Amino acid sequence: MAYEAEWFQKLSEEQNPLVSKQDYVVIDSERIRRRVRKNNFLKQVFLLLTSLGIVVLGILLYQIVVQSIGWLDWSFLVSRLSINADKAGILGAILGTVWLMLIVIPVTIVLGVSTAIYLEEYARPGKLQSFIKTNLSNLASVPSVIFGLLGLTVFSRLMGLGSSILAGGLTLSLLVLPIVVVSSQEAIRAVPGFLRDASYAMGASRWITIWKVVLPVALPGILTGSILAVSRAIGETAPLVVLGIPTLILMYPTNIMSDFTALPIQIYYWTLDTVLTKEYANLAAATIVVLLLVLFVMNSLAIVIRQKFQKKF
Amino acid sequence: MTVDMKQNQDVVYDVQHLNLWYGETHALKDISMQIMNHEVTAIIGPSGCGKSTFIKTLNRMVEIIPGVRTTGEIQYHGKNIFHEDMQVEELRTRVGMVFQKPNPFPKSIAENVLYGPKIHGIKNKGMLDEILESSLKGAALWDEVKDRLDTNAYGLSGGQQQRLCIARCLAVQPDIILMDEPTSALDPIATGRVEELINVLKKDYSIAIVTHSMQQAARISDRTAYFLLGELIEYEKTEMLFSRPRDQRTEDYITGRFG
Repeated sequence: MAYEAEWFQKLSEEQNPLVSKQDYVVIDSERIRRRVRKNNFLKQVFLLLTSLGIVVLGILLYQIVVQSIGWLDWSFLVSRLSINADKAGILGAILGTVWLMLIVIPVTIVLGVSTAIYLEEYARPGKLQSFIKTNLSNLASVPSVIFGLLGLTVFSRLMGLGSSILAGGLTLSLLVLPIVVVSSQEAIRAVPGFLRDASYAMGASRWITIWKVVLPVALPGILTGSILAVSRAIGETAPLVVLGIPTLILMYPTNIMSDFTALPIQIYYWTLDTVLTKEYANLAAATIVVLLLVLFVMNSLAIVIRQKFQKKF
Repeated sequence: MTVDMKQNQDVVYDVQHLNLWYGETHALKDISMQIMNHEVTAIIGPSGCGKSTFIKTLNRMVEIIPGVRTTGEIQYHGKNIFHEDMQVEELRTRVGMVFQKPNPFPKSIAENVLYGPKIHGIKNKGMLDEILESSLKGAALWDEVKDRLDTNAYGLSGGQQQRLCIARCLAVQPDIILMDEPTSALDPIATGRVEELINVLKKDYSIAIVTHSMQQAARISDRTAYFLLGELIEYEKTEMLFSRPRDQRTEDYITGRFG
């Protein structure tokens, strides 16, 4: 108190404008008006810059939708691939994508959630834990084409899986694994410690606590992360191209060792061949619309789960 | 320190020369005391005196914090809880704990109460129903919740949640309940109801309760231990400790000259 009084007095003695009685603020309406105009102007500039990205995206979507009109119909969804653009359909690619997901979903969820549980609930803080954590974030930033090379080396060549669905699915699983691990870790970490304490104090073991308390509370977060990871896997092209997926497959895939094609691969190949056959551009556009719809539905699902089931404490 | 020794079977916990460190911090210094059967033992003392640490050592919950080290012995019905044969899950099943902040699971009221019995393998529906009713009645909550046993526990008020946590403890039939400032997050009316409940519970259970309120200790406990800076200063029958404290530091604390 004494200190404050002293300080205040010192200020007054120095004729500090803050405490002097002298009027020095002159209300200048013109100046204020200029400031308000400047503010409004900047607001418009920022709005414009923000819209720029959205506008470009909008133009792209518009182009694609326009090009796909007349091509995207029921028979396009349920027909085989063909060199003849009029007859070509993408059922094979749709089935290929579905088969891929049958590999990717269980593999990433089992590996990803287990890793997250180990890191968050079991691992003692130490060298091993920080080594794994550092490498996970490194892995997340590795370009997808490199994962393709990894898949080619390990799964296709070393394990002899060739360009089968299994090889592609495992490659994509590795690619999105860090996403599942990191989002599951976050969801598990967000489970309040007092719930774990309550369970341990009842005589529950670590695993029972994880199974009955931690995972149910963390589930919405884990699901959200997993869906986003799977939709990333659905849209990936580069690793599959590296694996050497054939350009034209007329057979439908029947098991995990079948050769296959997938939606993004088909888009890629049709776009490449547009120079030869102009109509392939329309086929690519129609496939893009299908792929975007699938991804849009999945991402909406992730948002709905996050909004609806996340618990507050 | 002389605490009048009762028969051995009347002792739940016999603590001998307990020391505890958090890393380099010496949090409990050479504590020796006995916690008696069918009594309410209150542990009082200023913030940071080690009273919560002490009660969490009794069911080894303190070991969840990394870097905790203990020496000395705690005999629970004659068995050292730090011995390698002692399974911590078994100890915690027989020793219930109620926390400072009500911490029900985000599940239904019934699932909360039946959490313990279910993880210990009881599957019989009729038996579970019986445990549910008797535990909620034991925690004086049955009448308030009997029509909404399947609703989420987070719909209850803070005081009801705390009594639910007590019911959850009772469901595994512990022989002692440790309470770590169970009323500090509650309003006076809810506090009164929990205190009434403790008075009823002590007929069937032993209770050790940490409290920051000396009035609460005086109202509900049979014995009181006064902790200061990790040391046990005085441990006496409650009316003795509050009327004729033997240590000057205890007197300073209970008369409000300190703390």
